[in-house]
Amino acid sequence: MGTIIKDYSYTPAKIKRGYSGKSLYINLSDLRIEQKEITEFMKEKFTGGKGFDLWYLWHAVTPETRWDSPENEIVMSVGPLGGITQYAGTGKTLLCSISPLTDIPIDSNVGGYFGPLLKFSGWDAFELQGKSEKEILIFIDGNNGRIQIEEAEEYPEDTHLLAEELTKKYAENEDDMVNVSVVCSGSGAKHSYLGMLNFSFYDPRRKVCRFKQAARGGLGTILHDKKVKALVVKYRGVKPNLNDAADISTINKVGVKYHKEVHDLDHKQNKMRQIGTANTVMIMSQYDLLPTRNFQTGGDPEAVKISPEVFINEWLTQGLHDGCWYGCTMSCAKCADHFLITTGPYAGQRVTVDGPEYECAAGLGANLGVFDPQAILEENFYCDTYGIDLISFATCTAFIMECYQRGQITREQMGGLDLRFGNSQAVLELMHQISRGEGFGRIAGLGIRKLKKIFVEEFGADPKLLQDIGMEVKGLEYSEYAHKESLAQQGGFAMATKGPQHDEAWLIFMDMVNKQIPTFEDKANALYYFPMFRTWFGLVGLCKLPWNDLVPADNYKTDSPAKVPEHVQNYVDLFNAVTGKHIDNEELILQSERVYQFQRVFSVRMGKGERKDDYPPYRSLGPVSREEYLSRQELYDKQLRELQKLDPETMDLDEKIAATRRYREDQYEQLMDAVYRRRGWTENGIPTPERLKAIGMDLPELLEVIEPKL
Amino acid sequence: MIKVNTEDYPWHAGMTVRNLLDEKQFTFRHIIVRVNGEFVPEEDYEKWLIQDGDDVLVLHLMAGG
Repeated sequence: MGTIIKDYSYTPAKIKRGYSGKSLYINLSDLRIEQKEITEFMKEKFTGGKGFDLWYLWHAVTPETRWDSPENEIVMSVGPLGGITQYAGTGKTLLCSISPLTDIPIDSNVGGYFGPLLKFSGWDAFELQGKSEKEILIFIDGNNGRIQIEEAEEYPEDTHLLAEELTKKYAENEDDMVNVSVVCSGSGAKHSYLGMLNFSFYDPRRKVCRFKQAARGGLGTILHDKKVKALVVKYRGVKPNLNDAADISTINKVGVKYHKEVHDLDHKQNKMRQIGTANTVMIMSQYDLLPTRNFQTGGDPEAVKISPEVFINEWLTQGLHDGCWYGCTMSCAKCADHFLITTGPYAGQRVTVDGPEYECAAGLGANLGVFDPQAILEENFYCDTYGIDLISFATCTAFIMECYQRGQITREQMGGLDLRFGNSQAVLELMHQISRGEGFGRIAGLGIRKLKKIFVEEFGADPKLLQDIGMEVKGLEYSEYAHKESLAQQGGFAMATKGPQHDEAWLIFMDMVNKQIPTFEDKANALYYFPMFRTWFGLVGLCKLPWNDLVPADNYKTDSPAKVPEHVQNYVDLFNAVTGKHIDNEELILQSERVYQFQRVFSVRMGKGERKDDYPPYRSLGPVSREEYLSRQELYDKQLRELQKLDPETMDLDEKIAATRRYREDQYEQLMDAVYRRRGWTENGIPTPERLKAIGMDLPELLEVIEPKL
Repeated sequence: MIKVNTEDYPWHAGMTVRNLLDEKQFTFRHIIVRVNGEFVPEEDYEKWLIQDGDDVLVLHLMAGG
């Protein structure tokens, strides 16, 4: 046990109508611990969750703040609905910080027990600022109102070891282990900008710590830079109405209705209870959406080797509860038990691997040309225990592999690593190098934007090609959906506030297959509604998956089945039942838009958030290479004829590629114009004072940022 | 010729909803089919005959990750 260097007592606030009314502030530089009031202003303008995070972060930083500045904060909040146990997906924590990859606010959501237990310990939000001199851990005892900061040099670094040790340390006995949750990163976060945060929940049936990840944007790198090895919370006594809901019977009623849908329909719909989000791997491949070999194509005949059936039948334990918070009957956090590790420091050991989720199978599988489920699970394990965001790692490594494939970098420049597509052993060795901070791993973990610069300036690579194939926007790597044939999704990724993550909008089927949003205005409306709606999950502490990965049996009868109106009404009812307020569907969107526009202005304040920052690499829009064009020649030739009135028979391949590019880039420009208009932004992507006023966000500090840009 | 999700698609005699879904490789399980606005239950896919000139809507209900 390390030396305790700070011991702080507090009286845990009682939660009233979903809020404790208090937030916790810890400054690591001077070990200052303070309580702050959650004001009515904050609740009205920011609701909770990501809204609270961004508000605190705004006041912590300046435009000059970078990810490793002492004043940068990691802020987390679970939101007013977080922790209810009667509905599915109610344990989400939202985290924000200034990202090492993007230099603007990143937000990342995560399941696991930490956020709800933190709230039940009396804290609606938690700000972590400053930098510690020594490696420390912070322990919050929610039952006894105590916070301890302890020196933590002696504890292991990697997540699966550290979380297990700390869970045992702080639990009084085995039954008590479910009351402890750990947030930590791993050795990979130490040497890369791809560090993520693992949030634990103890699985009493398997007798192991399980993990969910706040993965995007380098949060683990920041935690490590602050010299925080772990955050631990302990709260005993979770029960159904700790949120002091105004109307518990409505919550019970809505919950029972939803759980019945899960019971009756999940096996006929997405099979979330069997395979989780990886259920879509084959679907993505069949619809040309599975990113393959750095998004060059959208599928591969070999994808069948990593199909859901393979994981269900051969790897994933079935029949155990896999919810990452109490009451989640969707139970999609699947895992492979007793998995034998074959490489790296844990070779020969059997472990529990949390996953694979879709992004893992698609990113560490198809996008790297690895169609081997065993290799994918091992990559999954090491990303998690090393604390590496597997999405950024996968997209980054896919970029490196294509650079190698196209002769832009050599094996020697990669320290001898043979990073061919499909070489899973080289991928694993790259992970181990990142963990050790050695060799090519020191470069590979910096993210695509920095890699492009290094490859061009030091290795003589072609800057134009690298710009076209490096799948990042604003510095953040794309998540794992190929989307060349969906203009709306191109915008959904590149115009997303934090960078190209699909949690703002996933419009590919609506756009590309259903043809429901044919005009620029239709697409712009979708790129208004869905990002606004989906932002709301992060304000209140909910998971997105129960919204539309299961839909009511009669959803088809509604006017807008893609919006799943009955589930939206569930959310309105739950919010009102917890808080005692009386919002409707429109007010729900307004709550979101206030925070959405705030985050955009925040990005502007940090030097991004303008039109120049919303451009995708051309690989997102269309075929970069001859092989890509030829792989779907029939489609592209047809488009030349029908959309541009050109005759492909009279054009050579390079002319066809160039004409396709001109057309698609012009389409994207027109989409930007339409989306900016719909969101109430200037042509340069700046939220207008009129729009801010209309939603009640014409705050002086926001107007001060945007006025010089108008 | 029929319309499928607003686009022209060749029709052939005896074409059922199931034939159309197979031809278009619409393999996603979670879909809604309407023919001329009328909902087609999944159990009728094999026997529902599509007529020349029909307007078919195949809505894929996935709004993503």
